Amino acid sequence: MPLPFEQPIEDLAAKIRDMRAYATEQDIDLEHEIDALQGRLDRLMRDTYDNLTRWQRVQVARAPGRPTGLDYLQKAFDDFTELHGDRTLGDDPAIVAGLATLGGTSVVVIVQQKGRDTKENIYRNFGMSHPSGYRKAMRMFDMADRFRLPVVTLIDTPGAYPGLAAEEQGQAWVIAESIRRMSELQVPALSVVIGEGGSGGALAIGVANRVLILENAIYSVISPESCAAILWRDAGEAERAAEALKLTSRDLIALGVVDRVIDEPLGGAHNSPDAAIDLVKQALVEELAQLTHLSGPQLRQSRYDRFRALGRFEAVA
Amino acid sequence: MALERLFRRNKPTRKEDDTSPAGLWLKCDNCHAQIYRKDLVANLHVCPECGFHHRMPVGARIELLADEGTFERWSGGIKPLDPLEFEDTQAYTERIEKAQKKSDNPDAIVTGAALLAGQPIGLVLMDFSFMAGSMGSVVGEEIARAAERAAAENRSLVVVTASGGARMQEGALSLMQMAKTTVALSALAEKRLPYVAVLTDPTTGGVTASFATLGDVIFAEPGALISFAGPRVIQQTIRQDLPEGFQRSEFLLQKGMVDDVVVRRELKARVAAVLRLLTAGLPEKGVEALHAATV
Repeated sequence: MPLPFEQPIEDLAAKIRDMRAYATEQDIDLEHEIDALQGRLDRLMRDTYDNLTRWQRVQVARAPGRPTGLDYLQKAFDDFTELHGDRTLGDDPAIVAGLATLGGTSVVVIVQQKGRDTKENIYRNFGMSHPSGYRKAMRMFDMADRFRLPVVTLIDTPGAYPGLAAEEQGQAWVIAESIRRMSELQVPALSVVIGEGGSGGALAIGVANRVLILENAIYSVISPESCAAILWRDAGEAERAAEALKLTSRDLIALGVVDRVIDEPLGGAHNSPDAAIDLVKQALVEELAQLTHLSGPQLRQSRYDRFRALGRFEAVA
Repeated sequence: MALERLFRRNKPTRKEDDTSPAGLWLKCDNCHAQIYRKDLVANLHVCPECGFHHRMPVGARIELLADEGTFERWSGGIKPLDPLEFEDTQAYTERIEKAQKKSDNPDAIVTGAALLAGQPIGLVLMDFSFMAGSMGSVVGEEIARAAERAAAENRSLVVVTASGGARMQEGALSLMQMAKTTVALSALAEKRLPYVAVLTDPTTGGVTASFATLGDVIFAEPGALISFAGPRVIQQTIRQDLPEGFQRSEFLLQKGMVDDVVVRRELKARVAAVLRLLTAGLPEKGVEALHAATV
């Protein structure tokens, strides 16, 4: 299913498909016409994707078919061994963690997992973690430090789950603790926002030496819908809220919140998942190579400096 | 202020700056008793009839916790910008200006040095009356500076929270203040200096999910709303009524999330006791000697 703004692209692509089929069926040469249409399609895609509004990028970031954490685990990493459970409360399917290799280097990897269909979405709680998920992440941080394994996290969550049990089990407490534990890691830590970076639930596993973001991913203090409900008293104003929140990769690099934008294939990661996964892998391998020569204290200090410097203010005259 | 709407049920009926004759009498939010304003203030903004803890202005909080005449302000040297050029039903710059006029502070935070029962502390006070105590770049920076300065001056840190969470109008920069404040606390930990967090009504969202809940000791005032997600958000998510007292201090004590619920008139003594005990650990050499003896 194309996203609403993709309909003209989809229509044109369908036309090309039909023409190809017709040409084959009738055994006639329509290559010239098809090439012309293909050129138009490329231009249309470029035009569309270069000029997406922030709200449209929110839709791309959430698009079904966009590669999820598990897709990256299967294709960008090798030898993935999942490690389950937080040793206290249970095992949260919204966060998948384990050991793997990335370009030959052993790493601890932690991903937030949305579902790829309705059934999995329900199982994964739409990528919204309970405290158990963050406890599992913290257990993995400890393991990473103990065995000197770099940490890679892939962020994709609407936010930490706002439910009864989550609150009772100290959702705020585990997020705070996870931020602290990740900031204190003595090994390289890399994070990539691959889809939705939803507030504290995302930051809990986002305190990395280098924070990367996919071109069409978003990272925000609050979802546009919730922001609209509070400030405009109308969740229907989400489009305006998305504009105001400056939550796209381009906005975030300008604000210094992220360090690097990974370009997506034309048409977005949901239309070329394998190519997108490759680009993320390349970026991670490059970034990791830049960090492995640093000592534990240097890595921790660089994380301190990175996050300590964020914010904009001015001296009182 | 839009965020304050979320906390309307808890909004005190009194007005801080109300000096009109009508402001002489107030109604308790909890028992609805008529209270003489001076009595409420004299009773630390706690209802003399039912003990309900009303929100306390920053100035009164300093008087409550700092030894007389010892508070020296650190904050106030920086003021907010509008990095997102944020505008909803009102421009962020207008909201800030209004709040600044009302409060005489550049943002929702006051920090400084003080003695607490003779012990040197850095004191951080969040001001809920300023844009719902929300945390943007200035609030985050002042907290981080206070933690680092307290550590540098060998002071314990006492933080009194009151906040609706991260400030939406500074977007992801506000979110990043959660990490900034958290990393700054490590300066205290490295010097084995205590950090006591006092959670007051309300403490929610990104503030609860960062420095507020990282205290070595966490006290909560009676009846305070302390949460990650607000009650309304949860209600909308689960579509059922929330249990009585859910997300209030006493509930969190029961769930093991805070060290104790402390009434306001005992707060200073309880913080003082904890600071005294935590700063009386064995000297480093003593610990080493102990290890040497047991090996």
